[in-house]
Amino acid sequence: MGSTFENLTARLQETFRRLRSKGKLGERDVDEALREVRIALLEADVNFKVVRDFIAKVRERACGQEVTASLTPGQQVIKIVNSELTELMGGRESKIQFSPRPPTVIMLVGLQGSGKTTTAAKLANLLKRQGKHPILVAADTRRPAAIRQLQVLGEKVGVDVVATREGDDAVRVAQQAMARASSIGRDVVIIDTAGRLHIDDELMDELARMKAETSPSEMLLVVDAMTGQDAVNVAATFNERLGLTGIVLTKLDGDARGGAALSTRAVTGKPVKFVGVGEKVESLEPFYPDRMASRILGMGDVLSLIEKAEAAYDETKARKLAEKIRTNEFTLEDFADQLRQMRKIGPLDEILSMIPGMGRMRGVSDFKVDEGQLKRVEAIVCSMTPEERRNPAIIDGSRRKRIARGSGTRIQDVNSVLRQFDQVRDMLRQFGGAEKAAHRAMRKGAFPFVK
Amino acid sequence: MGRFVKRLFTRDEVKDDTRPRPPSEAGAPSADADGRVTEAGEARGVLARLTERLARTRDGLVGKVEALFGRRPVLDEEFFEELEAILLQADVGVKATERLLRGLEAGAAEVRQGGGEKDLMKHLKEEVLDVLGPREPLAKAPSGTTVVMVVGVNGTGKTTTVGKLGHRFRAEGAKVILGASDTFRAAAIEQLEIWGERAGADVIRHEEGGDPGAVAYDACQAAKARRADYVILDTAGRLHTRMNLMEELKKVRRVVEREIPGAPHEVLLVLDATSGQNAIAQARTFKDAVDVTGIALTKLDGTAKGGVVLAIREELGIPVKLVGIGEGVEDLRDFDPVEFADALFARRVLN
Repeated sequence: MGSTFENLTARLQETFRRLRSKGKLGERDVDEALREVRIALLEADVNFKVVRDFIAKVRERACGQEVTASLTPGQQVIKIVNSELTELMGGRESKIQFSPRPPTVIMLVGLQGSGKTTTAAKLANLLKRQGKHPILVAADTRRPAAIRQLQVLGEKVGVDVVATREGDDAVRVAQQAMARASSIGRDVVIIDTAGRLHIDDELMDELARMKAETSPSEMLLVVDAMTGQDAVNVAATFNERLGLTGIVLTKLDGDARGGAALSTRAVTGKPVKFVGVGEKVESLEPFYPDRMASRILGMGDVLSLIEKAEAAYDETKARKLAEKIRTNEFTLEDFADQLRQMRKIGPLDEILSMIPGMGRMRGVSDFKVDEGQLKRVEAIVCSMTPEERRNPAIIDGSRRKRIARGSGTRIQDVNSVLRQFDQVRDMLRQFGGAEKAAHRAMRKGAFPFVK
Repeated sequence: MGRFVKRLFTRDEVKDDTRPRPPSEAGAPSADADGRVTEAGEARGVLARLTERLARTRDGLVGKVEALFGRRPVLDEEFFEELEAILLQADVGVKATERLLRGLEAGAAEVRQGGGEKDLMKHLKEEVLDVLGPREPLAKAPSGTTVVMVVGVNGTGKTTTVGKLGHRFRAEGAKVILGASDTFRAAAIEQLEIWGERAGADVIRHEEGGDPGAVAYDACQAAKARRADYVILDTAGRLHTRMNLMEELKKVRRVVEREIPGAPHEVLLVLDATSGQNAIAQARTFKDAVDVTGIALTKLDGTAKGGVVLAIREELGIPVKLVGIGEGVEDLRDFDPVEFADALFARRVLN
C-alpha cells in the first residue's frame, strides 16, 4: 500500500518508466503495475474479494505475454486489465425479456433509497416509447407517500398506476394489478416494491411470495452506483432469495466510479441492464460494459492513447524499418515517415501528456513540445532531394541554404534537424540487428526530434 | 470469468460475510458469548440497545478480527494483510486503513514483547477513537430558534431523518417546525407531512416545483411568529456534481442566515452507511457549499459497516453526530464515538 489515489498517476508513471523497453512482461513488473490497479479498483469501491480474484486472473494472463510492438509494457498491462474488466462485465444485454404470454411482469427490488420508484417510472417511459403498453404497480405500501410519488410520476409519463392504500398487503396489490392489466389490455406490468434490507427475512419472504404470485420475467435489482463493499452481500442475498435476472445501476450521473457494477456482476453473474443517469424520466440508458470498465479503472486517458497508438501503428513499416536498421540504411526519408506516423496519432503535446513516464525520459523534461516545430522538421525533409535524403553526407553549405529557403526556415533549423537525425541513427545502430530491438527502436524513435 | 469469480464466492463464503458468526467460530469462549446474549436481552439502556443494534456491524468486523486473533498466534505480515482486508471490506478506504495499520504496526512491537492480542485490540480501538475524535452533540441556539438544515445526495434518507429528528425534539417537549424545502421529488412534501403528523410538528410547505428558498423563508418567519424551538429544513436530494443544484442549496442557506441570526446552527449531511468512497467526495463538496457541521449516518442496521465515516473524519474533520440504526422513530441516535467503539469492540475488551 503506497499512498492515495490522488498521486496514482504519478506512481503509475514511475512504474511504467521502469517497465519500459522490455520485450516480455515479467512477473515482477506485472505485479508492480497490478498493485496500482488494485488500489484504483478499491478506490472505485469494487469489492475487496472481487478485486483479489480479478488481479489474480489478470496476473496469470499477463505474465510472459509478448509486448505488442506499438505499446509499452505498462500500457500492455493496462490493456489486459481493461479487456478483462470489460469481459467480466459482460456483453450488451440492455433488453427486457418479454414473456411469450403477456403480460410481461417486471419486479424492481432493492435497498431503501436505491431509486426503485424513479426507475419504475423511467422504465415505463422507455417501454411505452418502444410501443408497449405498460402499467405501474405501487407495491411499496410502507414508505410514507411512496404510492403518491409513483402516481405523480405515472401521470408524468402517461402510464396508469395501480395502487391501494398505505399499509395494505403488497402481495395482494400485485395480484390485483395482474388482474387489472389483463382486463384493460396492458402487456407489461412494472412492480415498484418497498425498499428493504436483504437481511430482513420477513420482507424478503414477502418478495418471494409476490414472485410466486406474479411469475415475473424480469427480477431487477436496483443498485445505487455509490454503493461500497456491501454491494456483494446485497446482490448475493437478493439473488439467492429471488433469482435476479439483471441489475439497474442508478445515480451514475454523479462522479462515483461505480465499482458496484463489477461487484454485483461478479457475485451474481447477472448483467447490468440499464443505468440511471439523471432525474428526468428519460434518463435511463443502456449499459455499455466498455465505458463502465474504463470508468471503474479511472485511466481513461491512458486507454485512449493505447487505442490511438494501436490504430496508427503500421506493422509492415515497422518490419521494413527493422530491416533498414539492420543494414544501416535508415535515411531521412524514414525519419520523415516516422514523423508522419506521429502526426496520425494526434497533437504531440496531448500524446506526450498521455504517456505515463514520458515526462521522465532522459532529456525530454525540458523540451517544449510544439506542433509547429514538427511541421518545420517535415518541411525541411521535404525540401531535400531524394538523393540528399538517402545520403545526408552530401548536404553542404549551399544545399543547406537551398533547403532552408525551400522550407521557409533558417539554416540553423536545417542544421539542427540533421544533427537530430544523426543522433537517432546512431541510437538505432546500437540496437543491432534483432527485429525485436527494431520494434523498441520504433517506440523510442517515435520521438527522435524530442531532445 | 464469471465462474472463476463465483467459485470464490460460494454460498457459504457469502453467508460467512453476511450473517453473524457463531461465537465459537469467532474464537470467543461460548460461555462468555452466551452471557452477553442474556445481558443484551435484559438491559434496555441506550448502550445495550445500540450494542444490540450494532451487533451485525460488530459481528462482522470484530468477529472477523477475533477470528483472526484466534487463528493466528504470530503477528506477521500476513496478519496485517488480513487485517487490511477486514478494514477495506468495511469501506474504511485505502488511506484510512493505511493509517490505522501503521498505528497497529507500531503497537505490534510492544505486543511481541510479552503483551497479547488483547493489547493489540485495545490499540486498534484507540486508533479508531483517535480518528473519530470526541463526541459532538447537536448544536443548539443559546436562545430563540435553532435551525437544522438537512442535506445530501438522493436516497440517503433525508426526509426520514427530518421526521425522526422532529419526533425526537417533540418528545423533549420542544415546539418544532418542519420546512418542506424538497420541492422537487414527487410526493416528498406529502411524505414530510405524514412525518409531521406523526411527530406533532407543523409543516411549512409550498407547492411541488416551488422555490426551496421561499419555503425556508416562510419556515423561518413561522418559527419567529410561533416562537418555535426548532426549524428542521428538508432539502431535495442532489448529486454533489450538479453545480446548479448546489447553488440552489447555498441560496437556501443564505435565506436562513438572513432571517435568523446565527442560523443554521446545524447543517447535517445525511450519508447512507452502504455508500463507499464516493461519500468522501460528497462530504467535501457539500462542506464547501453549505459548511456541513455534522453527519447523520443512516441505514447502519444492514450489513454495511459505514467505515467511510473514518475517512471523512480524518480527511475533512466532519464529525458524525447521528446514526440511524433502524426504521423505528426512536432509531435515530446521537453518535457517541466511545460508545460506538465500545460497541464495535465490546466483546474483546470486556474479556
